[in-house]
Amino acid sequence: MMGRNTRFNKALDGINESLFAFAEYDAGAAERTGYSNYSYWRSTWQVFLKNKVAAFMLVLMLAVVFFTVIQPYLPNQKSPININIDAATGLQLRNHAPDSEFWFGTNSIGQDLWARIWSGTRTSLFIGLMVGLFEAVFGILIGALWGYVQKLDRVLTEVYNVFDNIPRTIILVLLAYILRPGLFTIIAAMCATSWLGTARYVRNQIIIIRDREYNLASRCLGTPSRRIITKNLLPYLVSIIMLRIALAIPSAIGSEVFLTYIGLGLPLDIPSLGNLINEGRAIIMVASLRYQLIFPAVVLSLITISFYVMGNAFADAADPRNHV
Amino acid sequence: MFKYTLKRLLQSMLTLFIVITVVFMLMRLLPEEGYFGEGDEKLDPIQKETILRNLGLRDPLYVQLGNFYKDLATGDLGTSIIYRPKVPVADIIKAKVPYSLNFGLAAIGISLLFGILLGIVMARFKDRFWDKAGTAYIVFINAVPAAVYYLFIQLYLTDILKLPILFKQTRPISWILPTVSMALGSIASYAMWMRRYMVDEINKDYVKLARAKGLSGKKIMTRHVLRNAFVPMAQYLPTSILLTISGSIYIESLYSIPGMGGLLVDAIQRQDNPLVQALVLIYSALGIVGLLLGDILMGVLDPRIKLTNRGGAR
Repeated sequence: MMGRNTRFNKALDGINESLFAFAEYDAGAAERTGYSNYSYWRSTWQVFLKNKVAAFMLVLMLAVVFFTVIQPYLPNQKSPININIDAATGLQLRNHAPDSEFWFGTNSIGQDLWARIWSGTRTSLFIGLMVGLFEAVFGILIGALWGYVQKLDRVLTEVYNVFDNIPRTIILVLLAYILRPGLFTIIAAMCATSWLGTARYVRNQIIIIRDREYNLASRCLGTPSRRIITKNLLPYLVSIIMLRIALAIPSAIGSEVFLTYIGLGLPLDIPSLGNLINEGRAIIMVASLRYQLIFPAVVLSLITISFYVMGNAFADAADPRNHV
Repeated sequence: MFKYTLKRLLQSMLTLFIVITVVFMLMRLLPEEGYFGEGDEKLDPIQKETILRNLGLRDPLYVQLGNFYKDLATGDLGTSIIYRPKVPVADIIKAKVPYSLNFGLAAIGISLLFGILLGIVMARFKDRFWDKAGTAYIVFINAVPAAVYYLFIQLYLTDILKLPILFKQTRPISWILPTVSMALGSIASYAMWMRRYMVDEINKDYVKLARAKGLSGKKIMTRHVLRNAFVPMAQYLPTSILLTISGSIYIESLYSIPGMGGLLVDAIQRQDNPLVQALVLIYSALGIVGLLLGDILMGVLDPRIKLTNRGGAR
């Protein structure tokens, strides 16, 4: 008895005790053994965060959006349309260079540029988001029907081919000219021109996947079209849809700058980034006043580049082929 | 090919017809104050009525539309009211066309040359410095509104390079910046697509075969890859034309080039309805003809292309 036990103990000597401890759940190890706790959105998020530039820009934009919302409620903020008066002379405080009182200086009629820039950012982001949302909702709706319902395809394609030949810029200019400047007319003019591209893109993608086997099977089982479109087709398109929305924002902001530049922008009492840049452009020849152009231009460029980079990074991340 | 061209031509004509009709209808929605010119506050209602009647604006809409087609067919684009009162729009525009045409064509030429070159360089040095620099350029151009970088080019490059800040016909040196600025957008789009096609082609089997045969990397590039990557580039010619058109509106007014783009900005700011109407029609027609030519060219270069295959949004 004794001898056998010793032999047993000797055999146990070389064994690592830790191998017999209870295993903790480890997501990485689970992946390796083939067990999948894969979640589409979490993977998308993880891949997105791996892109350090895009992640930084996301934080930056969240901060900017948050700041534009709370900025008017912070202490010591000036009104963006109030004309400041110089206490010493009783005159308007024109073209006052940036200092501790007016962080970004004042413009040519004495308004605080700091307040105007954040108010303008708010307006421009609002325009961008509205146009982007409209483009996504309307473009996807029309695009999905266009691609899926074959009877509509011929008609819509012919209509599209006719309208596609007209330069977008010109349609935008004409609509803005006729509607007359105002926040909602500008949004309407941009919406009218922007959704066509998205609709076309969604249509092309739907045509590619509409007759795959899983959709044929669905159809044979009597699934209604609406369900096939929303459950089978559109989830495929999440990445490109997000990309289009993200890119619609900088392009809408750019269109606003363009319309303002050619004299069809918002009225001056609604500050927008386009307005501010146009005001800055008017006094471009005086080198000491160029800050009035540079500040809004830098803010504008940061916003548009961030949305552009984020959109592309997100589209990459949302593609399951790029998931680990 | 013939059938395709014919169909495409008919489509363009239909588009043009629709554009003319829609523009006419939309312009009629504008308030009538725009038709009296300077000093309209001195006119009494009867005089205003007479002016409107003389302009034919009190006729039934279909008569007006018919007259509009008739006028356009004979080359009569209407008469300017505010910009240069009582001068036919056609005369004003005639003097401006050569400038816009020259700058536009030069910009398209430059963008083709440099865009494709940049694309090739980026593909050749993929994932290295030049590729990254090129990508940064493309992102910048696509993301930042054109007005902003046009302004900064005019502001700082004229300083740094000692170039004149405004256009002057007698000084060819003042033509450089406007043309280059106008080309920047198209360069980015050509470079992006060229790089993508080159990278796609490099991974194809025939390139591997060529490498297996022992061809040098340079020969594979020039003899095989480049040729195949060139064909799809033709389809971005129309996009480039449209980019140049919208670019010209900015650039011409920024550098005071007496072309149509600057004229459009002037006409809009002074609310000269007939002039805006005529320019919108001309620009649409330019776009339509440009796209038609681009599509036909593409059909000639690549017989596989059919009418419905044109992808992408613009």
